[in-house]
Amino acid sequence: MSPLNEQQSKEYWSRNLSLMVKLLVIWFVVSYGFGIILVDVLNQIQIGGYKLGFWFAQQGSIYVFVGLIFYYAKKMGDLDREFGVDEDE
Amino acid sequence: MDLQTLTYIVVGFTFSLYIGIAIWARAGSTKDFYVAGGGIHPIQNGMATAADWMSAASFISMAGLIALSYGGYGGSVFLMGWTGGYVLLAMLLAPYLRKYGKFTVPEFIGDRFYSNSARVVAVLCLIICSVTYVIGQMKGVGVAFSRFLEVDYDTGLYVGMTIVFFYAVLGGMKGITYTQIAQYCVLILAYTIPAIFISLQLTGNPLPQLGLGSTLAGTDVYLLDKLDMVVTDLGFKEYTTNVRLSSINMFAYTMSLMIGTAGLPHVIIRFFTVPKVKDARSSAGWALVFIAILYTTAPAVAGMARLNLIDTLSGEDGQGLVIEERPVWFKNWEKTGLLKYDDKNGDGRIQYSADADTNEMVKIDNDIMVLANPEIAKLPNWVIALVAAGGLAAALSTAAGLLLAISSAISHDLLKGILTPNISEKTELNASRIAMAVAIAGAGYLGLNPPGFAAGTVALAFGLAASSIFPALMMGIFAKGITKEGAIAGMIGGIGVTLFYVFQHKGIMFIPGTAFLGDTPANWFMGIEPNAFGVVGAVVNFAVAFAVSKVTAAPPQEVQDLVEHIRVPVGAGEANAH
Repeated sequence: MSPLNEQQSKEYWSRNLSLMVKLLVIWFVVSYGFGIILVDVLNQIQIGGYKLGFWFAQQGSIYVFVGLIFYYAKKMGDLDREFGVDEDE
Repeated sequence: MDLQTLTYIVVGFTFSLYIGIAIWARAGSTKDFYVAGGGIHPIQNGMATAADWMSAASFISMAGLIALSYGGYGGSVFLMGWTGGYVLLAMLLAPYLRKYGKFTVPEFIGDRFYSNSARVVAVLCLIICSVTYVIGQMKGVGVAFSRFLEVDYDTGLYVGMTIVFFYAVLGGMKGITYTQIAQYCVLILAYTIPAIFISLQLTGNPLPQLGLGSTLAGTDVYLLDKLDMVVTDLGFKEYTTNVRLSSINMFAYTMSLMIGTAGLPHVIIRFFTVPKVKDARSSAGWALVFIAILYTTAPAVAGMARLNLIDTLSGEDGQGLVIEERPVWFKNWEKTGLLKYDDKNGDGRIQYSADADTNEMVKIDNDIMVLANPEIAKLPNWVIALVAAGGLAAALSTAAGLLLAISSAISHDLLKGILTPNISEKTELNASRIAMAVAIAGAGYLGLNPPGFAAGTVALAFGLAASSIFPALMMGIFAKGITKEGAIAGMIGGIGVTLFYVFQHKGIMFIPGTAFLGDTPANWFMGIEPNAFGVVGAVVNFAVAFAVSKVTAAPPQEVQDLVEHIRVPVGAGEANAH
């Protein structure tokens, strides 16, 4: 079914998971971390009229989310090509 | 030209556009009807997903929720919660479900958990969350019509149902996709144009996202500092730091909305319409780009509209608005009941404050922050007409997406999948059209006779999706050892706990007086309000599923092979053959 042998599919999957975990850590830190848990600390810093914690909660986290998805899509495209399982052939 | 005529022209134009698209994009096969033929470009799908996703609540109510009910910073739960779910969708669900390559969410659950019972439970969970959600949309359609076109609520609802009927029954997912693309364009213009004007007026910066962090035009005072000052002067909590109940509650609320977003079937099935696995990944990114345009504008609209409103209410000398001199827009919205004052001390002025005893602005509806925005900023009538068309586009596009999710679960999962598996494709296509018509009629009935719980339904739908569908899908892909017994017990446990918690605080089936624990923070588990409880239900779902899977027989080999198969992108087009 799969063009990969068992060894290869294990490696493909574990590299996918490790990329995902890294990106989900960032996802968590910018929203729950900066936007909620550490908001009071970050609010001590002001950028323009924005308190930094408030900015992450209402603006910054959303921009980071967009970046994370495109980065994931690109990296997975690279990984697919490396393992010869991309769909462009 | 007067506003009424102009509104009819603009709304009439957008409606003929939707109907024109419906006739052009008729569905010829079940594949067209369920997944738009599977050939939608990822950017187009992103745009359609954005319209599918952004409902009347996002368009009309969210800025007001942030500005008024949640008092500023507390409203961040919606901004992060309703966008962060796309990261989960892009990484945890969409590419794998696209690879699997079939038509509905329950179909995947039924195959992966090798059980028709699991499929039926998934259909039930899907119907519970989609129906609770669609009631809110039908109400949105009726309200939007009655406010903008001055027809009564029932007439508005019938017009809305007719339009949706046209393109959803004729075109299925194909018709819905192309109308949603048009609806996205209408709603995003309608949202951003007034915001740009207001940002320019207040700060001189045309980008609302930057305007909110700028100084007020002609001064060196930051807009947000000024806002913090005026709200605290009135006795409210500081705008930029006003926590919603507690940090734990905000955490749980945001998480419930995020995983609920990723678990809502009408959003997930949009990713079945793109050609390839890699398109499903990038399409989630595009969807979030299009959503973010509105979601990063909304907090600016919230802050600026709140400031404008307070400014108007404080009057020219800061002693309160003289009742005789109140502006025209104020009088207009009074007629709709969205604004109401009560001159308690009889001084001929309106004094606004946080103190319930002396506050004379007895009613400021959340929706006023978006609806009255163009008038407060003295924008031309065509902008006001555009906002009307935008609100209707937002409600119609989401209603259509939800109705498709419901009708395909009935025709494809219950009929074709379980009850009458031998029907031909043509019969199934007809059945799906009938199911769609019935779903529209049912949703219309609930819109005309909203059950008592309609007010809180949208937030509840997220809790239910978060606690049932999301965990089942995620475990289906990432945990090969989860058995059918585990998945079924998990879904029932998760949605059960969430419903139980909501009912114990809000009343059984929301019937007043049947709540056996008062709806106050003291009675809440860890101070988590019922709307934010979906995440706890999700944890229960995961825990039950893992525990039950430990003591039941492992899934058969072909199911484990299926999981291996969906984890690798190649061969997506042939997935139907497996």
